[in-house]
Amino acid sequence: MPHRTFFVFIFPSILAMVLFITLPILSVVVQSLFVQHEAVLITVENCTPFGCETQTRVDTAAMQKLQAEQPMGQFAGFANYLNRNHLAVDEIGAILADNRGFGDVAARIFNLPFYKALSFTLVYCFLVTPLAMALGFAIALAVNTLPGLLKGPTIFVSILPMIITPLVGSLILAWMFNPSGILGATLQSLTGDPTLSLRASPVLTWIVLLVYGVWTNGPFSFVVFYAGLQTVPQDTVESAKIDGASRWEVTRHVIMPHLAPLATFVALVQLMDNFRVFEPIVGFSAEANATSLSWLVFNDLVGQDAQLFGSAASTSVITIVGVLILLTPVLRRTWREFNRKAV
Amino acid sequence: MSVATRRPVALNALILAFLVIWVIAAAFPFAWTVWGSFKVEADFFSRQSWWSAIEGTRTQAQTGGAFTLAGYEGAWVKNEFWKAAINTLIVTLSVTLISLTIGTLGGYALARSGYRYAFWILIAALIFRAMPHITLVSGYMLPFFQLNIWGVLPTTIIVLVAINQPFTLWMLHSFFLSIPKDLDESAMVDGCTRFQAFRMVIIPVMWPGVITTGLFSFLLGYNDFAVTSMLLAQENQTMVPKIASFLGSIQNEGNVMFAVAAVVSATVPLFILVLFFQRQIVSGLTAGAVKG
Repeated sequence: MPHRTFFVFIFPSILAMVLFITLPILSVVVQSLFVQHEAVLITVENCTPFGCETQTRVDTAAMQKLQAEQPMGQFAGFANYLNRNHLAVDEIGAILADNRGFGDVAARIFNLPFYKALSFTLVYCFLVTPLAMALGFAIALAVNTLPGLLKGPTIFVSILPMIITPLVGSLILAWMFNPSGILGATLQSLTGDPTLSLRASPVLTWIVLLVYGVWTNGPFSFVVFYAGLQTVPQDTVESAKIDGASRWEVTRHVIMPHLAPLATFVALVQLMDNFRVFEPIVGFSAEANATSLSWLVFNDLVGQDAQLFGSAASTSVITIVGVLILLTPVLRRTWREFNRKAV
Repeated sequence: MSVATRRPVALNALILAFLVIWVIAAAFPFAWTVWGSFKVEADFFSRQSWWSAIEGTRTQAQTGGAFTLAGYEGAWVKNEFWKAAINTLIVTLSVTLISLTIGTLGGYALARSGYRYAFWILIAALIFRAMPHITLVSGYMLPFFQLNIWGVLPTTIIVLVAINQPFTLWMLHSFFLSIPKDLDESAMVDGCTRFQAFRMVIIPVMWPGVITTGLFSFLLGYNDFAVTSMLLAQENQTMVPKIASFLGSIQNEGNVMFAVAAVVSATVPLFILVLFFQRQIVSGLTAGAVKG
């Protein structure tokens, strides 16, 4: 295809992506170097018949003027990245300099907002991905043994947790895990602890969020693995059986190697998607016990008093760096494949 | 052969038990919430026992019937959920149509160009696909405020189209690769321009791929929370941010059932979608997996 035709065809796509993906990324990087204006305070004297008193209040007019002149706020360099709400360099230094052993260091670092969010994000990402894949693989193997008539309805039900709006899905589960919902009440009576609830127990919150993650991500692996199972070469399976392989050995040495490339693909996609975990935190109202990087950005943007663009932007940049690190294996794989095709 | 492939009874029972548990885990939350949405809050969130949600004693006492539409009435009429539903319809349909239009053009070009820059565009798309949506949103907000285009539906539609573009490009590109080059080349030998060949020869055989990709664009627009919740003003909200926003306001009034009814309402279209397009959704995921 000639260059000119190519660019005519692809122009709208490229324009959309440049305007609304590339520019925002640049904008985030620039914004992360600024902080919002400090409130301009003025002191006024209020005199009443009972005497005068001085009051300090925010000068709205001056604030608006500042805002109009410099909408992004003041230039702050890397201050946003290093302050307490992000990398917290000073705080970490203080903790490392003066602490009572490893447990103390971990606990205190975990209390810093950024590290709290990072630890949940990473735990979610690296626990949910393998667990969901294992669940998906098990479902795929099981569904594959069903008679044809039952397969359709089972697949229908199985993809529901994946297709559901993440916020809606997490709300549905959150209501069930509510202390007066069916699962929450059952948990209380099983453990014999009438105060057990998501709000009160960080451990339970983490477990429930992970369960939600596996529930909603499992079906994706299932669909991909199920499709992969249909392409397993039957000759190989039969000859393995003739050679005396047991059912487990066939699964382990014929089916799993056949599905390995698919598994790599699923793992990479799921790692990337789980890294942006966000809606469940909102749906389960879990922010007191578990937050994620995406949630931190969201929280800055919906800020109660003022939107903290600078702070949101620096968390965003750090998140993007994290995504790029996760993405390197995918990129290397794609690169190798392309070169193989070219040769 | 027949002896070797027959499964022992114990294994069959195990497989069946596992599947039954999974099917319950996958379907029960939905069934339970749909059932509960026709009850009053004192039953669905009963302090005594979850059994009252099944018997519905309070519902009987408060409304005189075993089922009540109070939640739906509160959500759709009092809280104007119908407005959000119309907005969702506008947003998802526009996102799907625009994504497909520019995506098929772009995907076709990428599939037919052998040059290296086509590969680099695909790599860039892959990186963009991995960007968390909320990080992009924090880049949009300030410029959109400055340009005064924040809060309206068209802005959100364009943003969702752009966010959706990397995925659409990859998916359609791999579908186009599976169509033989000879098809459009022979059309061009017969005197078609490149665009005519694309429009009259390629698109007719591409319908399955276009429909599958369209389904995923639809789902992205429909399921999005990050973009719609940040970029839409209160009065323009679509269903998902609307549910989130009246969760906060409603809990105070003790009327969680409005939110439950809204959640069930938002789930219905997805059920219908899976019911009719199960095959396409499965094949789409598979195509992405096998080729992507």
